[in-house]
Amino acid sequence: MASSRTAGLAALAAVVALLPLALVNNYHYEVAILVGLNAIVCVGLNLLIGYAGQISLGHAGFFGLGAYGSAILTARYGWPPLAALLAATLAVALLALAIGRPILRLRGHYLAMATLGMGVIISIVITTEDRYTGGPDGMSVPPLTLAGVALTGERPWYWVVGVLLVLAVWLARNLIDSPHGRALRALHGSEVAAEVGGIDSARHKVRVFVISAVYAAVAGSLAAHYAGFITPAKVTFFHSIELVTMVVFGGMASTFGAVVGAAVLTTLPQALTVFKEYEMVVFGGVMMLTMIFMPKGLVPTLAALAARLGKAP
Amino acid sequence: MSLLRAEGLSKDFGGVRAIESLDFEIRAGTVFSIIGPNGAGKTTLLNLLTGIYRPSAGRLWFDGHALSARAPHEFAAAGIGRTFQNLQIFFNMSALENVMAGRHLHERCGLAAALLRAPRLARAERACRSRAAELLAFVGLEAHERSAADAMPYGALKRLEIARALAGEPRLLLLDEPAAGLNPSEIRDIDRLIQRIAGLGVTVVLVEHNMKLVMGVSQHVLVLNYGRKLAEGDTETVRNDPRVIEAYLGSGGD
Repeated sequence: MASSRTAGLAALAAVVALLPLALVNNYHYEVAILVGLNAIVCVGLNLLIGYAGQISLGHAGFFGLGAYGSAILTARYGWPPLAALLAATLAVALLALAIGRPILRLRGHYLAMATLGMGVIISIVITTEDRYTGGPDGMSVPPLTLAGVALTGERPWYWVVGVLLVLAVWLARNLIDSPHGRALRALHGSEVAAEVGGIDSARHKVRVFVISAVYAAVAGSLAAHYAGFITPAKVTFFHSIELVTMVVFGGMASTFGAVVGAAVLTTLPQALTVFKEYEMVVFGGVMMLTMIFMPKGLVPTLAALAARLGKAP
Repeated sequence: MSLLRAEGLSKDFGGVRAIESLDFEIRAGTVFSIIGPNGAGKTTLLNLLTGIYRPSAGRLWFDGHALSARAPHEFAAAGIGRTFQNLQIFFNMSALENVMAGRHLHERCGLAAALLRAPRLARAERACRSRAAELLAFVGLEAHERSAADAMPYGALKRLEIARALAGEPRLLLLDEPAAGLNPSEIRDIDRLIQRIAGLGVTVVLVEHNMKLVMGVSQHVLVLNYGRKLAEGDTETVRNDPRVIEAYLGSGGD
């Protein structure tokens, strides 16, 4: 168990370290950074959806609050970016805690509707509070500074996001391999059995909801600083759906699946520019085909296939 | 000494009284069976004893104290474990992980320690793993340690539920139809398993339709009919009670 855990993490670290060999221009780096940021959100979202079995159709809202929290605190109030990132993340954590308690009592469609509503409200607030957010036109965001040095350019950003992605995966996998992670998977398997086994399911659900919201907020904050400009487009319901699609496509209850899902579905629209206008159609199609032909997602399906081929003589 | 005592326990569903002012006492260290025709309220009673349902009226005492637990996980923390009539296995986990999850109450692990994988946690996990393996062996599933739960046969899953419940180290273990759907040789295994569990000092409550099993392992039998106590006593008393015979076979005089 321990060896497979470190092996997976080492493989991810190796990919992050070696990928620049294949990245020939700034545009490639830009796509890789977007992949990394989406992957961080998806690793967190996968804890909630894949492991704990609780849906959220509103995580773009948390991503957006992280992004706009950082943007507003740095651009309008002159906060240092790192302090703004921490403050925005903490605020999102508290919000997720407050919202999570009542709505995580809901199940299935009801939870989906409640999180969808939450995401839509956040999106509307950000779009209409134009005094702070610039409204639909968006707002510019000062660069991230680390120890007094402004982080600009694709290459430094690549390494920051890459290191954070490895860290995000390491933390998520540690959580999954602990009694907390077992509790999450247990309540996914059978909530009533988890409860009579002494697992406080409400508490564990709220906790993982908060953790996944924190992942989204950190990624949102970083995305805002990296792009230097944000608009409400990344806070929309469609972005929430994109994130869920990445998790489902990559493989639920598979941390590396979430990373692969984010990588494929972030790169695909970039690579096939012809899809640009039909992005939503492509995502819908991917979701449907995944559900029909590999309901467990790409990585778990391939892993099962490899295990079967390995067994065959 | 009574481990669990119910006084005036009732449960209504809308206008239907599923359990009606039931009084009984479960003595520590015994196998206590609850029998009765289908719909008598046996599973409802287990749900009341594990906090899945709230009683409409009545009180429960556990180990001399009024049971103040509200949520099922609090009943578990008080020392009550159970299995389910219709399997409630964690099918997304391996057999071993199912049992490890059952040890949740006995693991002290903060969120930060989990996220950072503190060395102390790694040791605790190894201990948990080996304890879970022991329990799998105890119920006779040592061969299934690495099996995915969704690849195991029905009879093995019944025993897996028992191992998972035992992992919580309950003082009172409620078994809801552990022999249902099993073949005669598997039922003999369950019979022996229940006796070995009782031998560990765990008080067992058995809800079961298989009379041979019930009469073989129980010290005390409670018979329910339409949510009420029909008869109670040792196996001999219950077996010869005309009301019990009538409830099961119908009155012969019609």
